[in-house]
Amino acid sequence: MTEYEAVIGLETHVQLNTKSKMFSNSSAEYQSADPNTIVDPVSLALPGTLPVVNRKAVESAIKIGLALGCQIASVTKFDRKQYNYPDLLKGYQISQFDEPICFEGHLELPGDNPRTVRINRVHMEEDVAKLVHVDGLAGKSGYALMDVNRAGVPLMEIVTEPDLRSAEDVVAYIESLQSIIRYLGVGTANMEEGSFRCDANISVRPKGTETLGTKVEVKNMNRISAVARAVTYEIERQIRAIETGERIVQETRGWNDGTGKTVVQRSKEEANDYRYFPEPDIPPLEIGREWVDELQAELPELPAQRKARLIADFGLSEYDARLITSTRTTAEYFEETIAVGPTGNAESRLQFAKETANWLNGEIARLMNVDSINDVSATKVKPLSLANLIARVMKRELNSNTGKQVFEEMWKTGAEPEAIIEERGLGMVSDTGALEPAVDQAIADNAAAVKDYLGGKETAVRFLMGQVMKATKGQADPPMVLKMLREKLETLKANAGE
Amino acid sequence: MESLTADEVRYIAKLANLYLTEDEVEMYRHQLTGILDHVQSLQEIDTEGVEPTGHATEVNTVLRDDEPGTPLERDQVLANAPSTSGEFIRVRTVLD
Repeated sequence: MTEYEAVIGLETHVQLNTKSKMFSNSSAEYQSADPNTIVDPVSLALPGTLPVVNRKAVESAIKIGLALGCQIASVTKFDRKQYNYPDLLKGYQISQFDEPICFEGHLELPGDNPRTVRINRVHMEEDVAKLVHVDGLAGKSGYALMDVNRAGVPLMEIVTEPDLRSAEDVVAYIESLQSIIRYLGVGTANMEEGSFRCDANISVRPKGTETLGTKVEVKNMNRISAVARAVTYEIERQIRAIETGERIVQETRGWNDGTGKTVVQRSKEEANDYRYFPEPDIPPLEIGREWVDELQAELPELPAQRKARLIADFGLSEYDARLITSTRTTAEYFEETIAVGPTGNAESRLQFAKETANWLNGEIARLMNVDSINDVSATKVKPLSLANLIARVMKRELNSNTGKQVFEEMWKTGAEPEAIIEERGLGMVSDTGALEPAVDQAIADNAAAVKDYLGGKETAVRFLMGQVMKATKGQADPPMVLKMLREKLETLKANAGE
Repeated sequence: MESLTADEVRYIAKLANLYLTEDEVEMYRHQLTGILDHVQSLQEIDTEGVEPTGHATEVNTVLRDDEPGTPLERDQVLANAPSTSGEFIRVRTVLD
């Protein structure tokens, strides 16, 4: 049986979070604006208006290019891309055709199968108006309502070479790119909000061959899970088509999240003829080396660099470091917690870092998910409080179970761990004198388990331990309890044997 | 140069979102061919060693600070729309 491999390239549109639009000065914050209230003569495409390029948008584009290791063009220009659609008021989109602002970059895919994805180009363009379709009543055709607010919002198109091979690669690429955009602070990169949109060019070929198969463009994937499903579906569809002797047609297919299928939108025969030509209203843009150097100096430490540093400095696993550095706020929270944490020898500092990573990627990530919080610094638990809690668990003043209870209270109220421990009388009991009555009671009340143990079934001690933990409301130090039970049971055993 | 065909004229009209009668197709076929002939004459100029450019002026790098200004009132935005519905411009649904 032939084994196939997929060849995938991505085109991603990223909205920039500038205050004003790409070519005019009305607000670009369309997500929060009432319909048709942030529209100016340029975004409305009134005759005689003149587009003027937003400096901040160009700087953001250069930063994205630098973060992706691109060459930055010394001269770049805009072009008109012409097509007819109601959401495009001018009848053309101002975009960049043959002289994009950034080109020839790369992005490293993280994970178990690290790989380099080549970036073909990054170019600047403008977003279009937003249409909401309204179905017609019985027998009548529907219509659409148009909100022009989004028209003219700065949009970056980032195009890869066909270097991705699977849905997992695509997801890893998207997550890495989102992370870079957010670290740079140039956009929100949120798929659900539409500030990050992705189209995939997919073909398949027998593994080991070099010739590219016929590619199909898949659109309309509005969240990351939809991307994963759509890409998987399309790869399987193409393989099935080849195996059954069907011809794959070069076409655009739309993903339907409801049916879980891609369906034909447009075939190549009727493909658009954009008739690009240089935008006469915008003179060419010269980008001097000094400007690029200034922006380079403003770049923050990027996720991949930060991940490598956390691994080197704190001995974190690749997985832990990747989760922590995927958002800048989480990475900052992690480092702040370490900074205010206990000073100790190298070994205990590494242990503290590992524990902090576990809390951030475990309990905190879980609760953030439950409460729909994206930014860890917006939670009630501050790094210093978390550091105190972790230090207490490490010093075995609390067992991990009580630690979680205390943390949940911190999460809800923002109280300090000390206050919660005191108020609730928590804290780990590892004092043998205090534990002895509970241990004796467990042995006295559970003759069957004791008999099992004496008969050689050593696992019975686990049951007895559970009883002690229950009696102490989970606050006993488990290793201590285990040790005490074993000692007492071994004494009983020795006595019975005499 | 060779004359444009009627199909080429129809294709160009479609791209421009224009609907032409058969008479108009014929009229524009001649007119557009004439324009192309005229532009063709530019090809005779020797451009050896001249850098291509999309612009005739020496101006470059015109940028604007990222400061939002005052937008149009919604009434003004909707004023020229052929059809409106509440706060929106109403348009025909276009299927891909």
